[in-house]
Amino acid sequence: MGPLVPDFIGNELNFVVAILIGIGFGFILEQAGFSTSKKLVGLFYGYDFTVLRVFFTAGITAMIGVVALGHFGMLDLSLIYVNPTFLWSAIVGGLIMGLGFVIGGFCPGTSVCAAAIGKIDAMIFVLGGFIGVFIFAEGYPMFEELYKAENLGFITIYDLTGTSQGLFAFGMTTMAVGAFWFTTWVEKKVNKKENPELQPKKIYLGLGLTLFVLGFFTLFMPERRTELLADASVAATSVETNTMSVDELAFRLLDKDKKLQIIDLRTAKEFDKFSLPGATNMTFDELFGKDAHKVLALKHKKTLFIANSEADERKAAFIASELGYNNFSILEGGLATFKKEILEYKSDKEPTTRQEKDTHIFRVRAAKELPALIAAAKKSAAPKKKSTRVIGGC
Amino acid sequence: MNETKYMNPYLAGFFLGLLLLITIFITGRGLGASGAVKSGVIATVTSVAPAHTQDSKFYSEYMKEHDDNPLKNWLVFEVLGVIFGAFISGLVSNRLNFTLEKIPTVTTKTRVITALIGGALFGLGSQLGRGCTSGSALSGMAVLSAGGLITMFAIFGGAYAFAWFFRKLWLEGGK
Repeated sequence: MGPLVPDFIGNELNFVVAILIGIGFGFILEQAGFSTSKKLVGLFYGYDFTVLRVFFTAGITAMIGVVALGHFGMLDLSLIYVNPTFLWSAIVGGLIMGLGFVIGGFCPGTSVCAAAIGKIDAMIFVLGGFIGVFIFAEGYPMFEELYKAENLGFITIYDLTGTSQGLFAFGMTTMAVGAFWFTTWVEKKVNKKENPELQPKKIYLGLGLTLFVLGFFTLFMPERRTELLADASVAATSVETNTMSVDELAFRLLDKDKKLQIIDLRTAKEFDKFSLPGATNMTFDELFGKDAHKVLALKHKKTLFIANSEADERKAAFIASELGYNNFSILEGGLATFKKEILEYKSDKEPTTRQEKDTHIFRVRAAKELPALIAAAKKSAAPKKKSTRVIGGC
Repeated sequence: MNETKYMNPYLAGFFLGLLLLITIFITGRGLGASGAVKSGVIATVTSVAPAHTQDSKFYSEYMKEHDDNPLKNWLVFEVLGVIFGAFISGLVSNRLNFTLEKIPTVTTKTRVITALIGGALFGLGSQLGRGCTSGSALSGMAVLSAGGLITMFAIFGGAYAFAWFFRKLWLEGGK
């Protein structure tokens, strides 16, 4: 599951990846014609809309790809970098950049490309960029208030507007296709002839149509996570799954079984107050993520879901099995039963059969020894390291 | 030899989108450019006036985030790649030559000054916008970041709003 950094690709190798991606980036930008200011500013004077076409096609392709990969559980969207939103800073910064664009004729990425093929104006633009950043750095105390005002956090546009991810992606796609059509019309009016780069027309029409159809489908693909979470409550009662008895769990805990991995689905507050040795606290949402994958994918371990009630555990079991994991069990009766039957064990009637006697002896021992074990584990437990969002941005 | 034609913009956009998607899948982050300029500035100031960077909040905050080596930054390596990739592209398409590009009615002096001012404005704006056209607008759009999309509309909206005032820089006769 993506992102591959830092688990599959280390931080040092990531720099090599950066160079390779940069080569592709530079090559494509130059091939698209982004290495000349005349072509870049054409967008603002109506004679050349190349920038708009490349930019929106790229944005939409990547956006639909991200939505689709997230949808199919191939990319953990909670780990990828979402540019933070500082409202005023974003608007003012954008306007200043827009002004810089029409005066200088480049943006930073394209100026680097143009400089690489020998454009002297672009080299000067890059130098100007250094000066601009230097001014910001030196004047930071002055800009700081604006820079940090109205912090909305790492928020996505569908969170902000309350629409669904798919609906927004679809809206953006429709808007882009509309813009492609409109700008081609404007371009023809301004230049009084057809743009030769758009020949043959069939290729880009086909490409546009494909993207449109893909965008359309993202609207009707309910996100798998939402779908499964909704199904889980209904389907949970009828899920067939392995179970572990409270006595077995107690035995494994006393035995300090290294194979046992516990995923605790209660709230973080409850978890902090009381947790079993070695347990990891996760929300249902997190079962879809990379951290859960690291635990559940281990074949030689025995993973146990625990929650207050067995119903909640069954919900997790349903989600886990739908996600393709099969190496897990749930605790019979939930944690409530474990507490009652083991930790606070009180025999209400004299054991008669041999088996009842054995159970009684074991439970008395467990009730005596386990609390100490739990307290000791609590004390020595290192805070679990969760995967955090990648830090990106400029 | 004549220089080759540019790629169909939709096709180029599609390839760029795929590259961005691959970048996000592998690294969890998007593309960028202005961040490398920022690293460059900080590295330069640090080596020229190390005492100054310790006093200034902007530099010290950055150094803390980057293990005291501003050039050990993903975007610095990516931009090195961009230079190389664009150069290869220019080479295969016969577009390598030293020129100062401008329309005939604009003097060399004017073009040099406008390029410098434009660059400086973009450099400054990209700090406030937390990224430029690549890092904030394009990459932000791919992950549907609210800030990225706001910055994107501000960049293009701003450019359209100001375009009329600078038409003489780009249109012959300044129509």
